[in-house]
Amino acid sequence: MTELLGIPPQVLFGQMLIGLINGSFYALLSLGLAIIFGLLNIINFSHGAQYMLGAFAAWLGLQYFGVNYWVALVLAPVCVAAFGILLERTLLRRLYREDHLYGLLLTFGLALIIEGSFVHWFGVSGQPYAVPESLQGGQNLGFMFLPTYRGWIIVASLVVCFGTWYMIERTRLGAYLRAGTENPQLMQAFGINVPLLITLTYGYGVALAALAGVLAAPIYQVSPVMGSNLLITVFAVVVIGGMGSILGSILTGLLMGLIEGLTKVFYPEASSTVIFLVMIIILLVRPAGLFGKEA
Amino acid sequence: MTSANRADYEQLRLADLHAFYGESHILHGIDIKVNRGELVTLLGRNGSGRTTTLRAIMNMVGKRTGSVMINGRETLDVPAHQIARLGVGYCPEERGIFASLNVEENLMLPPTVRSGGMSLDEIYDMFPNLYERRTSQGTRLSGGEQQMLAMARILRTGANLLLLDEITEGLAPVIVQKLGEVLTQLKNKGLTIVLVEQNFRFAAPLADRHYLMEHGTIVEEIQAHELQDKMDILNTYLGV
Ligand SMILES: Nc1ncnc2c1ncn2[C@@H]1O[C@H](COP(=O)(O)OP(=O)(O)O)[C@@H](O)[C@H]1O
Ligand SMILES: [Mg+2]
Repeated sequence: MTELLGIPPQVLFGQMLIGLINGSFYALLSLGLAIIFGLLNIINFSHGAQYMLGAFAAWLGLQYFGVNYWVALVLAPVCVAAFGILLERTLLRRLYREDHLYGLLLTFGLALIIEGSFVHWFGVSGQPYAVPESLQGGQNLGFMFLPTYRGWIIVASLVVCFGTWYMIERTRLGAYLRAGTENPQLMQAFGINVPLLITLTYGYGVALAALAGVLAAPIYQVSPVMGSNLLITVFAVVVIGGMGSILGSILTGLLMGLIEGLTKVFYPEASSTVIFLVMIIILLVRPAGLFGKEA
Repeated sequence: MTSANRADYEQLRLADLHAFYGESHILHGIDIKVNRGELVTLLGRNGSGRTTTLRAIMNMVGKRTGSVMINGRETLDVPAHQIARLGVGYCPEERGIFASLNVEENLMLPPTVRSGGMSLDEIYDMFPNLYERRTSQGTRLSGGEQQMLAMARILRTGANLLLLDEITEGLAPVIVQKLGEVLTQLKNKGLTIVLVEQNFRFAAPLADRHYLMEHGTIVEEIQAHELQDKMDILNTYLGV
């Protein structure tokens, strides 16, 4: 088998695949953050905890109620979104007029409480979640072996991300969302129930996080801290892409996953820090982010 | 619409309306009555409270007391997003064209609030420029085109009470003339219009009545036919 720059292609493509998978999670999570920030003006630090809740909802559903993966894929995001909506209605709602910082502190505190409770109940060690039967095994693509479940993660998140992008950029509901982000007061004057729009938007952003959690359950351990580890990286991705851009958050997420994967091949020592290095460079040359608008 | 019919129906009535932004008390007991099919202006200097009056009608101020009757219904406790549903179309002073929406999306944005609104075709007939630029980003339009767009989008909704804030501000004379023609057409259709204006020459031939505002109060009500006799009062308050 020929080698590229002294790297066997299986290794190269294998790492790129892992990079794409991580990138899919970055994209799903930063997309949710971007949508929430756009309309609510809140940096949702509970996002990692909500991702974790998605994975746990799937695991608990299977463990105690025999809910299979496919049902969990829909049910877990719905349940976690309902929990998110409850938080929005009772707590977040009070902070919209305040500085970003208040929302950040509140959601950060909520994340600590949620994660702390789950550590208390389930311990820090992860719980395994089996790959659903129909997605076991894999394909030999010639240049590499593709586990079916990993392929499924990439396809599913791409479909959800670009479906969301289409909904926001091309539909009437999306026009409400964009206009509400720009000038909520005028939207109210036109007869749009903006508080309801805000609640549903938060619910949708949270559902995206929970969906990522369910997708992640079979490949990572289901553990109370799975979200907080990931969220730090996702925030770096958001900074790189620029807050508030829908397409930007999707593309940056995928790109950063790939860069991380390639770094693992060519300079493994830097693979866990490369995203932060990119972030620093971007902050120096383009503070508003790759896709952000200069203020 | 006959004059008897007009006199019969109160489309809008403000009684002892006070409005506040936080601690600032802006409107000090406004009384205004607008019958169906009338075009009434709010005239006054900058800062006299005309915009605040429209915003108070829309429930877009911090706090308000008194009474706002729209279509015979008390609306002081109606949430902001339900005011439009009573048939009110609001065109704000800053126009409020959305940058993230193209012209047609801007046009289609406000939901229909009553039947009988203009169709997209009728609107493009009235404003051919908007048709040509329908795929442009809303804020790429010229000031005049943005103003046409801000007017056009509330005509689509079927609103029969229009609140228009300084629609001629900063626009070229040909465009002001065009807006005058549009207002005449809308009046002929029987729409009720409250027009906030600086440009007295524009408002005078269109309006049935004028309210003069100063320091958040109504200081004078002038019928169209009394205008000539009361020019000196107008001069005092407007400096025209
Ligand atoms: N958002 C606001 N907060 C506090 N005061 C305001 C606000 N908007 C307007 N005002 C004050 O209310 C008064 C009336 O303003 P406005 O209704 O805009 O007048 P006009 O439209 O006649 O020029 C002015 O003194 C203005 O400074
Ligand atoms: Mg004004």
